[in-house]
Amino acid sequence: MKPFHSITAVAAPLDRPNVDTDQIIPKQFLKSIVRSGLAAGLFYDWRRLPDGRPNPDFVLNQPLYQRAGILLARENFGCGSSREHAPWALKDFGILCIIAPSFADIFYNNCFKNGMLPVILPADAVDELFRAAAARPGLQITVDLAAQSVSLAEGRGFHFELDAYRKQCLLEGLDDIALTLRHEAAITAFEARI
Amino acid sequence: MPQTLFEKIWNRHVVLHEAGKPALLYIDLHLIHEVTSPQAFESLRETGRKLRQPGRTFATMDHNVPTDPRPFKILDASSRRQLDAMVENCRDFGVPLFDLESEDQGIVHVIGPELGLTRPGMTIVCGDSHTSTHGAFGALAFGIGTSEVEHVLATQCLWQAKPKTMEIRLQGRRGPGVTAKDLILYVIGQIGTGGATGYAVEYTGEAIRALTMEERMTVCNMSIEAGARAGMIAPDDTTYAYLRGRRHAPQGAAWEAAVTQWRGLPSDAGAQYDHSVVLDAARVAPQVTWGTNPGMVAAVDATVPDPCSLADPVARHSAELALEYMGLRPGAAISGLAIDRVFIGSCTNSRLSDLEAAARIVRGHKVARGVRAMVVPGSRRVKREAEARGLDVIFREAGFEWRESGCSMCLGMNPDILRPGERCASTSNRNFEGRQGQGGRTHLVSPEMAAAAALSGHFVDIRTWRAKP
Ligand code: SF4
Repeated sequence: MKPFHSITAVAAPLDRPNVDTDQIIPKQFLKSIVRSGLAAGLFYDWRRLPDGRPNPDFVLNQPLYQRAGILLARENFGCGSSREHAPWALKDFGILCIIAPSFADIFYNNCFKNGMLPVILPADAVDELFRAAAARPGLQITVDLAAQSVSLAEGRGFHFELDAYRKQCLLEGLDDIALTLRHEAAITAFEARI
Repeated sequence: MPQTLFEKIWNRHVVLHEAGKPALLYIDLHLIHEVTSPQAFESLRETGRKLRQPGRTFATMDHNVPTDPRPFKILDASSRRQLDAMVENCRDFGVPLFDLESEDQGIVHVIGPELGLTRPGMTIVCGDSHTSTHGAFGALAFGIGTSEVEHVLATQCLWQAKPKTMEIRLQGRRGPGVTAKDLILYVIGQIGTGGATGYAVEYTGEAIRALTMEERMTVCNMSIEAGARAGMIAPDDTTYAYLRGRRHAPQGAAWEAAVTQWRGLPSDAGAQYDHSVVLDAARVAPQVTWGTNPGMVAAVDATVPDPCSLADPVARHSAELALEYMGLRPGAAISGLAIDRVFIGSCTNSRLSDLEAAARIVRGHKVARGVRAMVVPGSRRVKREAEARGLDVIFREAGFEWRESGCSMCLGMNPDILRPGERCASTSNRNFEGRQGQGGRTHLVSPEMAAAAALSGHFVDIRTWRAKP
């Protein structure tokens, strides 16, 4: 897995709570048997009008946000289905970091497995970022994993918390399975006991 | 120190735990299906890794299977490719597969319990968020992503941060016409879709104890809709009576020994939860969701809420978007909402008792004009048992479609989908935008309420339902 250190990128604001993984990538894209090429399905129902043309109002369709690397979101982002196609699709689009007041568990986990960073900030800090993004469309944000910070160009910054172990895995781009297999003896001993 | 059910199971499965890191947890049972596993097998091939424990791994086909009458014709090439990949992966890695020809095929969360694979005290995972269903047996069961599927295939373990514990106590007795589905929809309405995020929930209280196993599965199934890592119910005689004699349940002396061990699982008196919620089951009315997540729910005799009444701007905006998507006006009577489609099925409500409950309403009636209604049994076994009781005849004579088993219109990966704007009374678990088909409008209800809606053409309060003579 590719390590994640920091990202400075345009942050696209997606202003609604409880964005579920069915929305992030609808079912018709789950028939794939590979991880790649899922950007075409990202937020498909929101990105298209009923007649199939791109919806010009949807944030990721706006020219300013087509190269967004960060998604600004509201609470309980990624709820619903466990589909890892959701982070795969975001990553395929170019979004490597999502900032929200809270995430659904499975989605949160899935991000780390794919070298992506979900950042939890207090709701008022996220609010402030939304306001900044509204005031200056195309706003760039820097997220530094080692420093656990989110900062704006003019100097405004926020600290975020995350589990030390997850941080280390992401910084080093560690392969989870290889790590676990180092404990092969412990697993075998456990299996002998049950 | 007194321990909760969750803590007992957790502690027994920790392979290793270093301070400051997640624990390495042993997984007793790994269920897989065709949609969330192909990329995991692909990675195993690339890295030359093997399946560690074929005996603890079982596969079925459910999400992407046709449910029209056999013999199946799978016209969609990518669906066929995914099903073929499952066959090939299971063959290459030695995983028992309940394929479309197997008598045991069905929705993964229906067949696990049916076959006795799901048992108290186990750790169970599946690349599917409704794995929480299996917690009904006093197991610790949770959904995982595909990378974790790969991890379990290769190591039979998972790194897990220990969740906090939450007790949700349902006191008192539920009233007539109120089902397990209504209880859990009510709970989600009360605590919200993120209300249990980070927690392993244990459901307790008189109203939970009184539930059958199939009803308990309905409750635990939807734990994830409140964000819970897992939902569980302590095992008791109801659990053991259900499991006894099932194919993978222990037999003879081993059964007795297992039951003795299981009796030690329930939370000890005085065990502490990190958080407790107490609700009164007697206050629960039949529920209908009005919005685009399961927490947007109201009693059937209520009206569609007015977003203006919500103080929080984010919640208000979200309710406005939901009403717009759902094509609803604030203040409209829920029981008056006309429907186009009815779906009775899904891992929430497609077991024999669900179909029996719906059939009791349907018997001798006709589906309302202009409504298309379907029943999709959760497994081939459920379908056979229902047919042996004549339920298929009751449904067919009323004008329902009686289909083959699978996830079907719960997520609409196969051709069973809503058309844009169609309004559906559904016994499934998610009313997300587009879940049952782009532009489709889903209202979650119990099987009884779905059946009555099919016959009436609109929602009705099942408590006032009178079977026509
Ligand atoms: S029935 Fe629906 S919720 Fe259940 S496993 Fe299938 S798709 Fe998921």
